[in-house]
Amino acid sequence: MRPGFTDPVQDAQSCFRAVLEAMSRPGRVQVLPDGLNPPAALHPATAAVLLTLADAETPLHHDAGAEADSWLRFHCGCPLASPADAAFVLAAGQPPAISALAQGSDEEPERGATLILQVSALETGHGWRLTGPGIAQEHRLWVEGLPPGFVAEWRAQRACFPRGVDVILCAGHRIAALPRGIRIEEG
Amino acid sequence: MSRDEAYNFAYLDENTKRMIRRALLKAVAIPGHQVPFGAREMPLPYGWGTGGIQVTAAVLGPRDVLKVIDQGADDTTNAVSIRRFFHRVAGVETTTRTSEATVIQTRHRIPEARLTEAQIIVYQVPMPEPLFRLEPRLAETKRMHALADYGLMHVKLYEDIAKHGHIATSYSYPVMVDGRYLMSPSPIPAFDNPKMHRMPALQLFGAGREKRIYAVPPYTDVRSLDFEDHPFRPHRAKAHCALCASCTSYLDEVVTDDRGGRMFVCSDTDYCETRQAEQQKVAAA
Repeated sequence: MRPGFTDPVQDAQSCFRAVLEAMSRPGRVQVLPDGLNPPAALHPATAAVLLTLADAETPLHHDAGAEADSWLRFHCGCPLASPADAAFVLAAGQPPAISALAQGSDEEPERGATLILQVSALETGHGWRLTGPGIAQEHRLWVEGLPPGFVAEWRAQRACFPRGVDVILCAGHRIAALPRGIRIEEG
Repeated sequence: MSRDEAYNFAYLDENTKRMIRRALLKAVAIPGHQVPFGAREMPLPYGWGTGGIQVTAAVLGPRDVLKVIDQGADDTTNAVSIRRFFHRVAGVETTTRTSEATVIQTRHRIPEARLTEAQIIVYQVPMPEPLFRLEPRLAETKRMHALADYGLMHVKLYEDIAKHGHIATSYSYPVMVDGRYLMSPSPIPAFDNPKMHRMPALQLFGAGREKRIYAVPPYTDVRSLDFEDHPFRPHRAKAHCALCASCTSYLDEVVTDDRGGRMFVCSDTDYCETRQAEQQKVAAA
C-alpha cells in the first residue's frame, strides 16, 4: 500500500486552499506541491483532492481500478456508491453523463455531486472562454482529454441552476474547477 | 510563539474541518445559498463568532496572517480574544494592518481599505436567513429561496417607505447575489454594502448557532434591494472623523459628557491610525 499525505493536517490544508482558490476563481489553474505518490491510475492532484475532501461521510464512485480502489478506501475510508448516489465521482477514463449524477434539489442544491475529472492537460491563456461569478472579465482555459459532448452537457445543466454538478479538473499536479454557475463558450 | 501542541492545528479535528471545507466549496459554487453544516461547540458562547471561527479554522494555514475586527476595531474584547485564540491553537502570525492580512475575520464591518485578490474575508453571522423577520418557518423560507420568491422583502421595504418616507434599514440591509439569491450581508452597516459588489477578495460567511455557511465568490454582483424611485442610499453620519478628519469613512458616535457633548471617530481603527500616522509624517517633514 502506498502512503497518503506525509503530513495529513498541513498537506490537506494547503490542498484545500488550492481547491478553494480554484473553485472561487474558475479557470485559473492551481499547482499542488510534489510529494504524493499514489497508485498509477490516479494523478497526484486527483489523489490529493480526494484525501483532502473525502471521508466516511462521502460516498464515492470511481473507475480507477482495483489498486486505486483499495488505496482510496484505506486512506479516505469512503464507502462506494453508484454514480447517482455518490457525493464524489472520480472519472479517470470516460466520464459519466453529468445528468446521471446527483443534482441536488432546488431547495438543497448543495446535495449536487462533485465530479473529479482526470484530464491530460490544463492550460490558461487560450481555449474556452469562461464567465460568471469569480471571474472579473473572462478567463481562458484549455482542457485536453474531455469527451466532445462536454460543453453541450454543461450548457444543459447550466439551465437547471441552482441544481447541478461542480467539476474539479485534475491533470498531473494541476487543478482547475468549474462550479455549476459558470458559462463556457468554445473559443 | 509556537502553537499549543495540546490541540490539533487550528483547534478543530480533521473530520470537522473536512466537513466544513466541503460545505465551503458548495457555498462558493452556489453564491448566496445557505449551506447547512454541523457546527461544533466552540470554547466561547454562541453570538461571539463561533461560525466565523469555525470557517477561519477550516481555511487557516501556518503561513496565513490573521486580522480580526469587531465593529471595525482591532482592540475590542471579541477581536482580541479571537486573535489570541488562533495565535495559540494555530501559531499563526496576527496583525491589525488590513493590507498585511491574508485572512480577515470580521464582526459587522468591512475594512475601509479595498481588499485584494490575495485576501479572504470571513464574516461572523448571527442570523443567516434574511427573511426570518417576515417568515419564521424555515421550511417556508427554504422554499422561497428555491423559487427565488422574494416579493415579501420588497413589500417590507415598500412599507418602510410608506411609513417613514424612506427605507429605514441601516444595517443587515438585504442584498441579491448574482441576481439569484437573497442574502443577509450579516449586520454590517448598509454603508458597507457597496463594498461587497464585485469585491476582488473571497467572502465567506459562518453562522454557528444557526449552522449555516454561505459565500460570495470574487467579482460577483451584489446588489442592495431598492426601487427605481427610491434607490439604495448608504447612510453615513454627516461629520468628519475627530482624529483623522476623514470625510469618507464610516463613523461611530462617541458620547463625551452628560451635557450633549459628542464626537465622531472612524469605526475602522486601522484606517484611522494609518491616516493619523501619515498626517504626522507630513507635518514633521
